Amino acid sequence: MAITEQDVQASEDAPSVNYLNNGYGLKSWLLTRDHKRIAVLYIISISIFFALGGLFASLVRFELMTPEGDLMSSDTYNKVFSMHGIIMVFFFLVPSIPATIGNFLVPIMVGAKDLAFPRVNLLSWYVYVVAGILGTIAVVGGGVDTGWTFYTPYSSTYSNSNVILAAMAAFMAGFSSILTGLNFVVTIHTMRAPGMTWFRLPLFVWSHYATSLIMLLGTPVIAITLVLLMLERGFGFGFFDPNLGGDPVLFQHLFWFYSHPAVYIMILPSMGVMSEMVAAVARKRVFGYEFVAFSSVAIAILGFLVWGHHMFVSSQSTYAGMVFSIITFLVAVPSAIKVFNWTATLYKGSIIYDTQMFYVYGYLGLFLVGGLTGLFLSSMGLDIHLHDTYFVVAHFHYIMVGGQVMGYMGGMHFWWPKITGKMYPDIWGRVSALLVFLGFNLTFFPQFILGYMGMPRRYHVYPDEFQVLNVASSLGASILALGYVIPGAYLTWSIFKGPKAPDNPWGAKGLEWETTSPPPTFNFEETPLVTEEAYQYGPIEEH
Amino acid sequence: MADHALHHDHPHGLAHQFEDMPQQKESAVIGMWSFLITEILFFGGFFATYLIYRSYYPEAFFEGSSHLDIPLGAFNTMVLIISSLTMAMAVHKSHEGNKKGIMVYLILTGILGLTFLVVKYFEYSAKIEYGLVPGLVWHPQGENSPQLALFYSLYFGMTGMHALHMIIGIGLLIWLFIKTAQGTYTAEYNAPVEIFGLYWHFVDIVWIFLFPLLYLLGTQAGGH
Repeated sequence: MAITEQDVQASEDAPSVNYLNNGYGLKSWLLTRDHKRIAVLYIISISIFFALGGLFASLVRFELMTPEGDLMSSDTYNKVFSMHGIIMVFFFLVPSIPATIGNFLVPIMVGAKDLAFPRVNLLSWYVYVVAGILGTIAVVGGGVDTGWTFYTPYSSTYSNSNVILAAMAAFMAGFSSILTGLNFVVTIHTMRAPGMTWFRLPLFVWSHYATSLIMLLGTPVIAITLVLLMLERGFGFGFFDPNLGGDPVLFQHLFWFYSHPAVYIMILPSMGVMSEMVAAVARKRVFGYEFVAFSSVAIAILGFLVWGHHMFVSSQSTYAGMVFSIITFLVAVPSAIKVFNWTATLYKGSIIYDTQMFYVYGYLGLFLVGGLTGLFLSSMGLDIHLHDTYFVVAHFHYIMVGGQVMGYMGGMHFWWPKITGKMYPDIWGRVSALLVFLGFNLTFFPQFILGYMGMPRRYHVYPDEFQVLNVASSLGASILALGYVIPGAYLTWSIFKGPKAPDNPWGAKGLEWETTSPPPTFNFEETPLVTEEAYQYGPIEEH
Repeated sequence: MADHALHHDHPHGLAHQFEDMPQQKESAVIGMWSFLITEILFFGGFFATYLIYRSYYPEAFFEGSSHLDIPLGAFNTMVLIISSLTMAMAVHKSHEGNKKGIMVYLILTGILGLTFLVVKYFEYSAKIEYGLVPGLVWHPQGENSPQLALFYSLYFGMTGMHALHMIIGIGLLIWLFIKTAQGTYTAEYNAPVEIFGLYWHFVDIVWIFLFPLLYLLGTQAGGH
């Protein structure tokens, strides 16, 4: 196992005991209760699923390079995009930042030795792994073709693919994220170090608190929805079958009651990463700290009241639609507060042009486009034109990839020296961040135009006049893929050959930078005493 | 503070990540309440589905409900309420660090829980006998048979999920009993007994809602 070799390497030049060299061998990793080791286990597992989901995405882009369905049959195409969605949403995006960077940093940032329930934390990883194995069996054993949304009655009655297995996998992945969220909520409530008041917490912790609330309140509802679906498909119960008096639209309500808030599970953690990185690259306190903190909570609350905007064309009452539309517009307010406040933080900052800065600027641009196009879709009239077109696909990729994945990649670069104790070559970091930004825009911007011109999502045959934009999109996807492969290569290289990282390579503020790189098993030599607010960069500013 | 991180000089039952016992207990209690909130939302999906279909098909739901055995349901309700009392007594004894007291009340709670499940087994058997299990054995032929099936789907889904929670609860109870017998719980360290009590009461409360919604509904049928 690569990790074990990495330990040996670290022990040769690191004299002090840290979490990486404190015990070797498979058992010390697989039975660990150390949140930092569990974070590393998660990083390895979600990277595998990211690669798998990326593989399905490449197949989609290959197929769409020509207007004819020549690479695969319609059935195969249905399975390929469904598995791309299911893997990316349930096995990569939802756990991406919370289970990895969050798991590593939340206890350190609040000044604790570990999460409140270390065994529950390990359990959440095992549940995730079992879910992943079930998902892989569903993929290998013939695939799923319902789309990631499992809409009834297709999923309950008509589909001939492995729906029950895939639903079971998603159910268990949800259980794993409930356990992570529960651990964060309790840790943030009870484990803060002396002097670490709520308003001294880093904004990363605030956004993870908001994320955890959504995990606790939303995930059980998708769980029960999938249970109902499995009962219907497995035993012939008629919850969603019109022939038996059931209502298929009820499934959509229950599904989106979780899955819309889940979108915020997939974006809030990256907003936390951004707040930390903006302060560090601008060397300033985040502008309007309290507003940024409460905007996370506001997004979490409003997120529960907007699910109906997925159903403007699903026979929902117009008046219900109007209410959902207005509340959806309201979500733009806390999101905009964050973007404006980050921009204001950069204003007159002493900006450092390193990899993190590239990701910060990239994120701001992509999230802005993703957020603004969301307003197009929340307008009921326009949504009837754009519903189920590539415009929607482009919009949520700008949020999920342009937002969460940019945040994940940026955060991994920012905290890589802390996690591994090694430095990576910054020039390569900047090159790949640039490739990601360019490749991403080339991939997804044409899809806005395609969608506006009327190309529906989930079809692999399209009219000839759409080919130019589709080829551009596929070209962008290959640049984007390069932007993900290069960091994979140099980050792995840095584990073995990279120079040893100092405790605080970026001169950043926060408890995680006050401990060693990598941190000792219990994070701090002694429990820290917090005496100042977060982000006290340079001379204290007048308010 | 550093000495707390090391293994010596450590109070009995205090996990390494906590500074002191009150912090540990507070974490355990908040953790269990958070978990129960997720459970409320989990069952909430069932209750929402039930309420929507009941408002669509009131007659079928009244008819379905009238086939349920109210005396058995009422008996089970009593059994669970008494088991909540014995569980509360077990928690009370754990605060005193009374090992024997905890064990007695845990056994009583376990017996009552098993009684509930045995009664449930007889109820389910009767439904199978009369062919009232949608998808497996379904005998009703009338005009509203599909809607009736929906009622019984919800009946089996909701009471089945509740029974699953009871079975998990009894499993945890056996584990707690063994740990108590080993002398793990003292007046200072008893959080596991306490938070298990929260779980047990929660499962009871779910039943308190299920009983009127599923069983007593049928008694209203004459009025409509």
